[in-house]
Amino acid sequence: MIGTLTTYPNRAYTALREGVLILPGRTIALAFFLILLLLPLFTQDLYSLRIVIMASIFAVFAASWDLLSGFTGQMNLGHALFFGVAAYTSGLLNLNLGLPAGLTLPIGAVAAVLAGLLIGIPCLRLRGPYLSLATLAFPLILIGVISVIPEVTGGNQGISGIDRLNESRLVEYYIVIPIMIALVTIMWKITNSNTGLIFHAIREDEVTARASGINTTKYKLIAFCLSGLFAGVAGGLWVHMIMSVGPSSLGLMKSFEPVIWSVFGGVATIYGPVAGVFILYPLMESLTPIYEIRMLLFAVVVLVVLLAMPDGLTTWFRDKTEKVCPRCKLRNVATRSSCRVCTADLDQ
Amino acid sequence: MLWTPQCGTMIELKQIIIFGLISGGIYALLAVGFSLIFGVARIINLSHTAFYMLAGYLIYIFATTLGLNLYAAIVLSILVASLIGVLGYRFLIDPIRRHETAILIVTLALAIIVQEALSQGFGDDRLTVPRMIDGYVQIFGIKVFNQRILALGVAILMLAGTWLLLMRTKLGTAIRATAQDREVANLMGMNVGRMETIAMGASIALAAIAGALVAPTFSLVPHMWMSPLVMVLAVVVLGGLGSIKGSLLGAFILGFTESAVVFLAPSGSFLKEAAALTIMLIVILVRPEGLFGVSFEEER
Repeated sequence: MIGTLTTYPNRAYTALREGVLILPGRTIALAFFLILLLLPLFTQDLYSLRIVIMASIFAVFAASWDLLSGFTGQMNLGHALFFGVAAYTSGLLNLNLGLPAGLTLPIGAVAAVLAGLLIGIPCLRLRGPYLSLATLAFPLILIGVISVIPEVTGGNQGISGIDRLNESRLVEYYIVIPIMIALVTIMWKITNSNTGLIFHAIREDEVTARASGINTTKYKLIAFCLSGLFAGVAGGLWVHMIMSVGPSSLGLMKSFEPVIWSVFGGVATIYGPVAGVFILYPLMESLTPIYEIRMLLFAVVVLVVLLAMPDGLTTWFRDKTEKVCPRCKLRNVATRSSCRVCTADLDQ
Repeated sequence: MLWTPQCGTMIELKQIIIFGLISGGIYALLAVGFSLIFGVARIINLSHTAFYMLAGYLIYIFATTLGLNLYAAIVLSILVASLIGVLGYRFLIDPIRRHETAILIVTLALAIIVQEALSQGFGDDRLTVPRMIDGYVQIFGIKVFNQRILALGVAILMLAGTWLLLMRTKLGTAIRATAQDREVANLMGMNVGRMETIAMGASIALAAIAGALVAPTFSLVPHMWMSPLVMVLAVVVLGGLGSIKGSLLGAFILGFTESAVVFLAPSGSFLKEAAALTIMLIVILVRPEGLFGVSFEEER
C-alpha cells in the first residue's frame, strides 16, 4: 500500500528528471509555465496581468503561424485572416445574438477553420513567393468587403460593446493562461508526432515527400485547418479582451506581426514564436512612456537580433546549449561528452 | 474592365483610361524595380515602396527646408535614396541572404524604420512638395494636371531606358544572366555580388523616381508606403515574379482597375486594393506562375 503511494511520486519525479530537466530548453519552458501560473500570487497589478494575458493570446496566434508556415513551409503572409474572421464572428455573435464567450469562442474558431479551408484549397497549386503573396491578399480583400456592408460589420469604425471575457481580471487570467499553455503544448505535440515529421518533409522537399507515398495535399490542408483553428481561438479571446473589433484586425501589420514574432524567436520550433511574443510584446508595452519612438526601437531591436542570429533567438540558444547525438539523433546538454541514451561520443 | 454601359458615361470612360494610364505608369516603374531585384537576388523587398516615400520626403528636405533648386533637389534625392538602399542591401540584407524568412522581416523592419524616422523628423502631418510644372491641359474634355502628364512621360522614358539597359548593353546581359542562373553566371566570370548591388541600386532608383514624380500630386504622410506596396505585390504576382514584361502588363491592368473602381464605385478608395487583389487572385489561380512568370520547379 505504502509502496504504491510512493511509486507514483517517484515515477513522476523520474519522468520529470528524464524528460524535462535533462535539457535546459525544456527546463526553461517548464519554469516559464509555472511562473505564469503562479504570477498572480506575487502581483495583482491589473496592468501587468493584462500584458501577460495579451502576450499569451498573441503567443497562440504566432505559434499557429509557425505550425503552418514554419513547419510546412507554406509561407502565409495573410495570417490575420484567421484572426480577424474569428474575431469578427465571435464579436458579431456576441453583440447581435448575445451568445456568451463560451459559445462564441468555438464558433469563431470553426469559422477560422472554414477560412483556412477556403484559402487552402485554391492555394494548393501555388508555390513559394506566389503562395505568400496570394495569401497576403485574402484579409485585405475581406477589409474591402467589410467596408462595403457597414450595416452588418460596422464598416471602417468596426464594432464595439462586446462582452468582456469575465468581470474579474484574475478570472480572465486563469481562463487565458491555461488555454494558452494547453494549446501551445498541443501544437508542440503535433509537431513532434508523425504529422509533424510529414510537415517537415513537405517543407524540405515536397516532390520527394509525394514520391514517398505521402498525400501532401491532404497534409497541407490539415496544416491550414489546424493553423486556422488555433489562430481562431486566439482571435476569439482577443476580441473578448479588447471588447471591440475593427478592420485593423485584418490589416497588413496584423498579418506581419506573427511573422515578425516567429522569425525573431526562431521558426519551426513552436516555442520560438512563444518566446518571441513574450519578449517583444512586453518590450513594446514597456516602451509606452516614450511612445513616439517605440516602433523605431522595436524595428531596430528586431533588425539587430536577426542580423546577429538569423535563425532566431531560441534556435541560437538551443544550438549553444544542446547538441544532437550523431548516432541516435537525441538532444543532449552541450556539456555532455557522450549521449545520454546510446552513449555515443558527442564530440566527434 | 469593370465598366459597364449602364453605369458609366463617355466622360467616365475617358477619365478611367487617362488616369489608369497615369497610375499604371507609376505602378510599372515601381513593379519593374521590384521585379529586377527579385529576379537577380531572389529578395522580396518589402521596403521597396518605403524608398519611394523616402524620395518624396528627401525632395521636401532639399527643396523646401534647404531651399535648393527643385531639379537639383530631385536629382539629389534620387541619388541619396539609392545610396541608402544600396548600403541597406550591403550591410543588412546581404549578410543573411541564406535565410529567406529573416530577409523578409529585415526588409519589413527597414521599411518601419524609414517610416518611423520620417514620422519623428516631420510629424504625421501632411506635407506638400512643389510641382515641377504648373497648370493643366484638357485631353478629350478631361482636365489633367501637367504634373501628371509629366509623370507618365518620364515613367515611359525610364521604362524604355531600363529596357534598353537590360537588353542592349553588356551590363544588362550580365544582370539578366545572373537572374537566370546565378552559379553559371558566376562561373562565366561575372561578379555576381556586384550585379546584385547594381540591380539593387537601379531598383531603388526606379522607386525613387516614381516617388519624385508623384510626390507633388499628393501630400506626404509617413505611412503612405503601405498601399502602393500592396499594389506592387499584386502587380508583380499578376505579371509573374521576376518578369519585367509581366510587371509592365500587370501594372497597366491594375492601374486601369484602380481608376475604374475609384471612378465608378462610391467610397471606391477602400475598394481599390480589394479589387486589384481579387484580379490578381483570379489570374494566379488560373495560371499559378502569373502571366509571364518563370516556373520555379527547376530552381536550385
